[in-house]
Amino acid sequence: MTPPRFRLWGHRALLALVLALIANLGAAKEAVQVGEEPWVEARMLHLSEELRCLVCQNETLASSRAELANDLRSEVRGLVKAGKTDTEIKDYLVARYGDFVLYRPEVKPVTWLLWFGPFAVLLGAIAMGWFYVRERQKQTGHTALSEAQRARADHVLNPTDHP
Amino acid sequence: MIVELGHYALILALMVAVLQGVLPLIGASTRNWHWQSLARPAAIIQFVLVSLAYAALTYAFQENDFSVRYVAENSNTRLPTMYRFAAVWGGHEGSLLLWVEILAVWTVSVAIFSRQMPLAMVARVISVLGLISTGFLLFVLATSNPFERLFPVPLEGKDLNPLLQDPGLVIHPPMLYMGYVGFSVAFAFAIAALLAGRLDVAWARWSRPWTLVAWAFLTFGIGLGSWWAYTELGWGGWWFWDPVENASLMPWLVGTALIHSLMVTEKRGSFKAWTVLLAISAFSLSLLGTFLVRSGVLNSVHAFATDPTRGVFILIFLALVVGCSLTLFAWRAGSVSLGTKMIWISRESVLLSNSVLLVVATAAVLLGTLYPLVIDALNMGKLSVGPPYFNTVFVPLMVPVLFLMVLGVRARWRESTLQEWLHPLRRIGVASLLGGGVVALYFGWSWGVAAGMALGIWVILGTLEPAVERLRKPGKIPLSFFGMHCAHLGIAVMVIGVTLSKGYEVEKDVRIAAGDTVTLGDYSFELQRVTEVTGPNYVAKRAEVLVKRNGDTVANLFPEKRRYVSTAMPMTEAAIDTNLWRDLYVSLGEPLNNPAQEWSMRFYLKPFLLWIWLGVLMMVFGGLLAVTDKRYRRAVESRLAGAGVPA
Amino acid sequence: MRVRVCRHSATMRKIILIPLGLFVVLLVFLAIGLKRDPREIPSPLVNRPAPAFSLQTLQSGQGLFSPDSMRGKVWMLNVWATWCAACQQEHPVLVAFAREGLVPLVGLSYKEVQASDEPAGKPMNPEDKLAMARQRSLTWLRVKGDPYSLVAMDLDGRVGIDYGVYGVPETYVIDKNGVIRYKQIGAVTPALLEEKIRPLIQELNRS
Repeated sequence: MTPPRFRLWGHRALLALVLALIANLGAAKEAVQVGEEPWVEARMLHLSEELRCLVCQNETLASSRAELANDLRSEVRGLVKAGKTDTEIKDYLVARYGDFVLYRPEVKPVTWLLWFGPFAVLLGAIAMGWFYVRERQKQTGHTALSEAQRARADHVLNPTDHP
Repeated sequence: MIVELGHYALILALMVAVLQGVLPLIGASTRNWHWQSLARPAAIIQFVLVSLAYAALTYAFQENDFSVRYVAENSNTRLPTMYRFAAVWGGHEGSLLLWVEILAVWTVSVAIFSRQMPLAMVARVISVLGLISTGFLLFVLATSNPFERLFPVPLEGKDLNPLLQDPGLVIHPPMLYMGYVGFSVAFAFAIAALLAGRLDVAWARWSRPWTLVAWAFLTFGIGLGSWWAYTELGWGGWWFWDPVENASLMPWLVGTALIHSLMVTEKRGSFKAWTVLLAISAFSLSLLGTFLVRSGVLNSVHAFATDPTRGVFILIFLALVVGCSLTLFAWRAGSVSLGTKMIWISRESVLLSNSVLLVVATAAVLLGTLYPLVIDALNMGKLSVGPPYFNTVFVPLMVPVLFLMVLGVRARWRESTLQEWLHPLRRIGVASLLGGGVVALYFGWSWGVAAGMALGIWVILGTLEPAVERLRKPGKIPLSFFGMHCAHLGIAVMVIGVTLSKGYEVEKDVRIAAGDTVTLGDYSFELQRVTEVTGPNYVAKRAEVLVKRNGDTVANLFPEKRRYVSTAMPMTEAAIDTNLWRDLYVSLGEPLNNPAQEWSMRFYLKPFLLWIWLGVLMMVFGGLLAVTDKRYRRAVESRLAGAGVPA
Repeated sequence: MRVRVCRHSATMRKIILIPLGLFVVLLVFLAIGLKRDPREIPSPLVNRPAPAFSLQTLQSGQGLFSPDSMRGKVWMLNVWATWCAACQQEHPVLVAFAREGLVPLVGLSYKEVQASDEPAGKPMNPEDKLAMARQRSLTWLRVKGDPYSLVAMDLDGRVGIDYGVYGVPETYVIDKNGVIRYKQIGAVTPALLEEKIRPLIQELNRS
């Protein structure tokens, strides 16, 4: 069965994996990835890096060594082998553990403030900044130097102009 | 006995803190010179008392006095001496005492190094610091007393959390606290200025060195924390956007904005209200961080043992401090002067933009950190906000910041035209884009790498060019000149480290038996054997890994899985081989129960990771260099030379 | 020459109040947060049909157990294991509760045989695992009391995953139509029985 489309982390990694695979064909001494098939492993890791371990709760599913994490990783491997898409796998886990398990919150009405908030704050800050500067220009405009005053100031500030 | 003395010293310190917080402040408003001059002696006495208390606790740890409950919970006769010093701040009570101690250090420093300031100002600053001290001392004595006795006295203590038994721990919290607490000085200056109705250029000049030193320490503290997480936790990463990490990053971001804003206020007399707000915010975020870590409100790997009473206390304290300061701000900031006309193409406008961007970034981090709490409080469920969110939101905000850094350094305070400002930068711009593209193409194309490298090169070239230009001109150059350049270069170095290590790191999670080999890039890792070793307070399984590159031995790595006598939790001790170009990282997992006697292990090849730590060190060094500016010392020297006349 | 000092306008003064306003909002959320437990994960399975499964039971020769067989009754499912310390604490409470006979209590033995139980170098086959799990659980229940009308053996934890189990012990209250109505994470206490579980069971029994 040909592997479905997927994303890997960097071409270097792909090269390394291929080398490992080739090396594995001959010598029995090259260590195998835990999950037997590199493309399954790669997709599993890619998914689990954005999933939360429910036991430790402050590690990704990818890096946690808790037993439930091992079980869930096997579960994800099984789903990947069965040809499920990333979304389907995430939905599978969310159906059992809730949104808590996703480190990347889905973009839905509950999280609009989260995802669009920073941008809104940026716009607001720019608006306030604009406001502030405009007020400053308005209030200080009249203190600008006239041409004659500016020339005098230059004369005083740059004594090298004259002997 | 010593422990009781320490306890009494702390109570006395509280009383002194109250006096220190109240009398000079009133004296400044009523022009009572006598009460104002109480400030410095009070600060010194408080420092002595708090230090006595701290010394008493340290003594209890060194002597393994398990009749003190805090010592029994955080130490052990088998704990190596070095960690017994560090264990003083290993738990909640002791770390609070460290907070108070460091606050006393900062306060007494202000008392000593403020001769050039008018007494009324000094009085107000020390008073505000005294009020903060009062709050923390009350908190310690009322809810978190480290000197509480335990009866019956256990023969052996529980042990310091094994995760904390690492050299990084020995300095990480003190450095972090020096930064956190250091922002209280900038805060105190801002409050003092607001109270005095005296928000002027002098205030900005006095504030800046204190803020710079605090910032440098905080940078160092955060860097140490990341480095420690990388070397100690075994998951191969160094930043997880964990709530407590964010709690330290937010004051850092605002602190950076504050330093640059102070610069503008000093030079142009503008942004005063904004600078004051930043000063208040930096310390408020420090306090918020303290709350988040100790209240159990957020889910974090760092959280201290939580207790709702403590959480309530800190929340009230936070409400009082920040609430009063923001109220004072709202009341007084409306009537500060605006400064002169704003010139669009100037250093001032660039610094304002970056200030705004940094604050927006801080707001984004705050939003992400608190969002799970907000949603839960509104009974709308439980969700997680993790690294994918923060990376998506934070990184794009930093891109314009890095870009503007170079423009800001080149721009002048006075007016310049767009032409003379941007034209010389064209070369650097092209070089950066080319550089980024070349690196990405050579090692494996990725837009992230190209952009990151381009920005890194942009900042390096853009910072070096004016520096070199200045070096060519005659005349002595003060050390502080290099401060800014060093710090900016540090950021570029760090960005390059992050870009390359994230862009090209290779990870393999494998089952491996003795004799097997794993290949990552050019490197081959051979597991030779796994043996059992015993440490002072642990038993471990140790793997011996031989690393070769193109046939030559490069390193021998010994990752361990330790089981400390005190806890049942196994600890991973990763093995790392570092050099300027790459890190080799190996961590030992669990034995797999199969006939081949395999172990699960993780192997990483991380290019240029060391550059991240180097970048941080450069930033710290740069910050400290900038403080050596003559302008700050000249005033001190002249004051000391003449007779010390009270202002 | 008169120096005119420039001040902020009225709008500016209103903007200056924003930080204070935001801070107050923040304080409110933090105060509410003090009463919540961020580590607790509520289950999305509440008010959803209990996932189907078919497992061997503790007593050999009873055939397979499936939740369908409990249709028409209100019942409770308790996820436990002999290696779990908190289960030991909740066990007497369950024994006392089961004696009342209010609802049938079905046990789900979760991953009773751990990796450390298996002899080094030789993974156990499923029959051996089941035998070991049965033997250990039976012995344990004989000593501590048996509140369960039957116990299903989830040896590899897959049923646990379907039920969103992340830390034993966990207990579910399931209604007559096989829909999960309540999930308790952590040990069942007498207070919890009084406040939540008994009223719920009474309500479900009425419908």
